[in-house]
Amino acid sequence: MKLITAVIKPHKLDEVKAALETFGVQGMTVSEASGYGRQKGHTEVYRGAEYTVDLVPKSRVEVLVDDTDVVDVVDVITKAAATGRIGDGKVWTTPVDDVVRVRTGERGADAL
Amino acid sequence: MDTGDTAWVLTSAALVLLMTPGLAFFYGGMVRTKSVLNMMMMSFSSLGIVTVLWVIYGYSLAFGDDLGGGLVGDPSQFFGLTGLMSEDSIVATIPSLAFVGFQAVFAIITVALISGAIADRAKFGAWCVFTVVWATIVYFPVAHWVFAFDGTTAGEDSVGGWIANKLLAIDFAGGTAVHINAGAAGLALALVLGKRVGWPKEPFRPHNLPFVMLGAGLLWFGWFGFNAGSALGANTLAAVAWVNTIAATAAALIGWLLVERFRDGHPTSLGAASGVVAGLVAITPAASSVSPIGSVIIGVLAGVFCALAVGLKYKLGYDDSLDVVGVHLIGGLWGTLAIGLFATSTSPAGVDGLFFGGGIDQLWRQAVGAFAVLAYSFILTLIIGFAIQKTIGFRLDEESEVEGIDGREHAESAYDSSTGGGSTRPVVAAKKTAESEVPA
Repeated sequence: MKLITAVIKPHKLDEVKAALETFGVQGMTVSEASGYGRQKGHTEVYRGAEYTVDLVPKSRVEVLVDDTDVVDVVDVITKAAATGRIGDGKVWTTPVDDVVRVRTGERGADAL
Repeated sequence: MDTGDTAWVLTSAALVLLMTPGLAFFYGGMVRTKSVLNMMMMSFSSLGIVTVLWVIYGYSLAFGDDLGGGLVGDPSQFFGLTGLMSEDSIVATIPSLAFVGFQAVFAIITVALISGAIADRAKFGAWCVFTVVWATIVYFPVAHWVFAFDGTTAGEDSVGGWIANKLLAIDFAGGTAVHINAGAAGLALALVLGKRVGWPKEPFRPHNLPFVMLGAGLLWFGWFGFNAGSALGANTLAAVAWVNTIAATAAALIGWLLVERFRDGHPTSLGAASGVVAGLVAITPAASSVSPIGSVIIGVLAGVFCALAVGLKYKLGYDDSLDVVGVHLIGGLWGTLAIGLFATSTSPAGVDGLFFGGGIDQLWRQAVGAFAVLAYSFILTLIIGFAIQKTIGFRLDEESEVEGIDGREHAESAYDSSTGGGSTRPVVAAKKTAESEVPA
């Protein structure tokens, strides 16, 4: 099993969610995040004083998937989240040892 | 006595009162989340303290018969507002107490304006002490200089202040007494207290720009009482002041935004709100003496000058946190001096300025009045500020400042960002739990 984590532009969240549902992913965790990549943030000006805001708002999507689906799901997220402009975000995978469904106590792939 | 005039002045007084809570929002939105309550409290404390002083001796110091030289009124004459409740006691065509109330709210907001220069770092108790001393030895006398005309308050024999009666500088609603006075005091206090920790390297972004715009809106609304109410009657003068007020303010809003558009690339909401205040400040002294077109010119230039002036603090290195100097001192100076340029004898004040064939006669009067108030306020405030700093301490300690002045000075936080229960609990309940856990 793998944990797929995607940090994407907030306005792309709905598209990513819809694409994952169409692919058959049953659940996901979404949280608000902020950060920056190579492009850094943006500047704001208050009464002539310029401030660099380097932490930009992002959405963080986490999906637990079976090993066989990893490549496809990463592909689905990447396609749905892409705008082609800077700040589109990143997707990465992390190995997961075990998963437990809290309600039933099922483990591993059964719990996904 | 005229009931229409009385109704208008009492209404105006209430409008001006609203400016101080409006100022609290204007200033409160510009500071960080951890100091918004303290910022608003500095305005609210002025509502409390200055009003009480005004009733006891403030009105008398400002509008009592002159003690000599046009410098200060007799504090014993109207001590406790004695003798002003009778039907016979009138100022112009209104009851004396209507005038007392109207002038009280001027004193309140002038003190509150200063607080913007020392955001985030003044001990609240020290600020309250400052309020008492500053109102007493700076505002009340200066109000006497500017607003106390011979024959206004205690019969035809009453003697007023030197700017109003001898210098004959025009200050319709308080460009000198209110804005230059508060701006110069703000500069002095900013120098006494020093820079905020981290300024100017760290960003001190406004935490709530909608508050700032709400505050600017309330100020604009209340300012019609400030300026049109200063006619002390429901008459042509009030109408002229009203129209000049809206014209200059609208033009200043545009002026400030144009500077931002061409200098920084974006017209900002903070700029729009600031432009409104700059225009209101500038037209305040001039509302009775210029034409509506003159007002537009004064306004648009006020927007431009003040937008450029707020950058001075970065060049000169003083932390006038919310730009009391850039907006009130510069805006007040501009408006006061502009009378000497744009005044027209077709206006109710009936004086011609430099551009209308009046020569420099009115201009030098305006300059002397403006710089006299500036110098008096700046020097006295420096002395008061240093005296408080050396005795009870004016500046908050660094740890409290970084932690947040709201928690340290008021034991409150403006925003509760805890999402669930359990992160906070009442102290009383916590104590009971602790006691019940003690084995019997």
